[in-house]
Amino acid sequence: MGLTKNSVGTNAIDSEFIIKRQSDKDKIIALAGNPNVGKSTVFNGLTGMKQHTGNWPGKTVTGAWGYCKTSENDYIMVDIPGTYSLIANSAEEEVARNFICFGGSDAVIVVCDATCIERNLNLVLQIMEVSDNVILCVNLMDEAKRKNIKIDIKKISEKLGIPVVATVAREKKSIEKLMKTVDKSIDKNIDNHVEIIYPEIIESSIETLMPIVKDIAGEKINPRWLCVKLLDMDKSLENELEKFLSVKFSENKQLESLLEKVKQDIYDSGITTDDIKNIIVTSIVQKAEEICKDTVVYNNNCSKHDRKIDRFFTGKYTAFPIMMIFLAFIFWLTIVGANYPSQMLSDFFFNVEDKLTAFFMAHNSPKWLHGVLILGVYRVLAWVVAVMLPPMAMFFPLFTLLEDVGYLPRIAYNLDKPFKKCTACGKQALTMCMGFGCNAAGVIGCRIIDTERERLLAILTNNFVPCNGRFPTLIAIITMFFLGSVTGVWSSMGSALLLTAVIVLGVLTTFGISKILSKTLLKGKPSAFILEMPPYRKPQVLKVITRSIFDRTLFVLGRAVIVAAPAGAIIWIMANISVGGQSILTMCCSFLQPLGNLMGLDGVILMAFILGFPANEIVIPLMIMAYTAQGNLTDMQSIFELKELLLQNGWTQTTAICTMLFSMMHWPCSTTLLTIKKETNSKKWTFLAAAIPTVTGIICCIAVNLISKLFV
Amino acid sequence: MEAEKKLSNVKVGEKVIVCNINSSEKISRRLFDIGIIKNTVIECVGKSPLGDPSAYLIRGAVIALRSEDSENIIVRKVSDK
Repeated sequence: MGLTKNSVGTNAIDSEFIIKRQSDKDKIIALAGNPNVGKSTVFNGLTGMKQHTGNWPGKTVTGAWGYCKTSENDYIMVDIPGTYSLIANSAEEEVARNFICFGGSDAVIVVCDATCIERNLNLVLQIMEVSDNVILCVNLMDEAKRKNIKIDIKKISEKLGIPVVATVAREKKSIEKLMKTVDKSIDKNIDNHVEIIYPEIIESSIETLMPIVKDIAGEKINPRWLCVKLLDMDKSLENELEKFLSVKFSENKQLESLLEKVKQDIYDSGITTDDIKNIIVTSIVQKAEEICKDTVVYNNNCSKHDRKIDRFFTGKYTAFPIMMIFLAFIFWLTIVGANYPSQMLSDFFFNVEDKLTAFFMAHNSPKWLHGVLILGVYRVLAWVVAVMLPPMAMFFPLFTLLEDVGYLPRIAYNLDKPFKKCTACGKQALTMCMGFGCNAAGVIGCRIIDTERERLLAILTNNFVPCNGRFPTLIAIITMFFLGSVTGVWSSMGSALLLTAVIVLGVLTTFGISKILSKTLLKGKPSAFILEMPPYRKPQVLKVITRSIFDRTLFVLGRAVIVAAPAGAIIWIMANISVGGQSILTMCCSFLQPLGNLMGLDGVILMAFILGFPANEIVIPLMIMAYTAQGNLTDMQSIFELKELLLQNGWTQTTAICTMLFSMMHWPCSTTLLTIKKETNSKKWTFLAAAIPTVTGIICCIAVNLISKLFV
Repeated sequence: MEAEKKLSNVKVGEKVIVCNINSSEKISRRLFDIGIIKNTVIECVGKSPLGDPSAYLIRGAVIALRSEDSENIIVRKVSDK
């Protein structure tokens, strides 16, 4: 799961698996593999699509699919979530397992990481038990070479009895080679592939069960695999199997009694239920070991370089300072880099506004039309693009670069202990980081967390880190109110540091709320935490920058038009329709004024947050609109008069702090809430996901306001 | 023969071999997934800045485990030869 135009925003809500065959001849190929082995890169190479790639386990939370044509065949490639085995532990692993077992694919390409092929073979062997047509793609050969790992591809292929292709998925040549192999083997059923031989007692049980299982399974599923699964059945698989085969195992008396009998035989030989599971999995791991024994040669010093970097990034004294520096540096680049485009854009937009106004005047158009279109719609749009877009367009690629290098899992590693203290999952750090990009994407990313309780914790607290749409608000307020006379480089550095402090506050709130929730609504013990820390990879700088700016910019522009335009129109209409001598806007704002005052804000600010429900990007523009519409300042020529406008409307430093706090802690935007509804499938949790941050925000704002009153 | 101990007590840089896994069924499955079974060689390659979790090199991959999970894995030291 990563942040792309498909994973953030409204597209995130609807991500069901619906695969369309263009014709009956289309062959479906599943792309499976361990997490973080470059599956998405292979997928992109095959389909020419732009699935987001990063360097941490668990990006493809929902499957993607696309078409791929070769000279021989038309294929539909399905990118399924990374999984370590077909024994599903988390929601997303279940998706993977169900697709491999029941998805009806014509072949499965299993993508492997060449640097730890033995562990990867575990999954390959399991998939080979279910599927007759498996092609192994040993990816990341360049990394293996760099680490001096020698792999005898031909011999592995002989031992497994399936085609094996060595690839460097970033290179086109590799992809072509892979497709040629697929073309060659797609119509053949490979029946001489290696079979896992279990210990005597299991094998004889399989033999006993085989006839009746063959009857049940028919052509639909590999009977040998089903036998093994029957001996070692987990609930979720049983349900899926029964649905798929449309039988009820418990209703088949013959099967039931036979199964009883063989299990009894096994118990009689001194083997317990737990042992059966152990024996089965151990046989698989041992087979993988055997295959690698004389085909893969490791160099002992292979990962020395990575360990050195790790000592620095996760060292006792260096880890946290480095994290802060990275964060501050990214913010600094964002602020500095956004400054110039922002200035240019605002000049441009105000210029155009004047021209447009002149145009309307020249054509004697009615005043209200000019009002709605220019003073309403156009202005809000202009503000969104000029003030909000540049920081977002800057932050996004920078953050993606960190992701690409492989730093995010290290953050999770560093922050795991506090999360454990809150009885939460360390992977919550990963979903929290996703939240910086987009909370909706963060919420979906929570699928990588194994247990329901910890997943809910992560979902409910995701909104406490500000998303990309809220950064610009924070940056603007910090620059205006907390750096006073500081100018130049120091100003941007000061902003970056303050912003970092605000983010740290958000992270601390996440801890606090997680802790409270785990003591009250979501009681329970922390589950196992197993996190793979991938090798550091050279980031694909140019690709990341072009793609994320392009994807992101278009996305934000699109959303700005859809959301900001009507909001601008509404606010102008509200400001200009009077009932009983007062405009509706003034009435609404005065209604909110008492609560606003109590929270150190005012009615207009609250109003802007409420109207900003569809997208946080429009909160500040709406505020400006409302202030100017109330006539305190009739016209603004540039964004640098913004502070002036706010001061005239009674803003103090307390107002600024409280606005920032409330921006950090209020209801999630509509997209995020819809996503939460879909992910939790519960009105209660969706309601709480909105209520918890809102109540927290209101309490914090009131507290800050009261305390500041004591001092002023 | 070296004495048996918990994986959570293994120091950074030490290389050990798994003797026994006493974890609950669900966690054992996870451990199998990443390739930890009896006789697997594991090397502790680092501790996180707050002391827990630790990072282990397992079959070529670096994997972080919390002490709650690693203390149920019983190991003994292997000589580097």
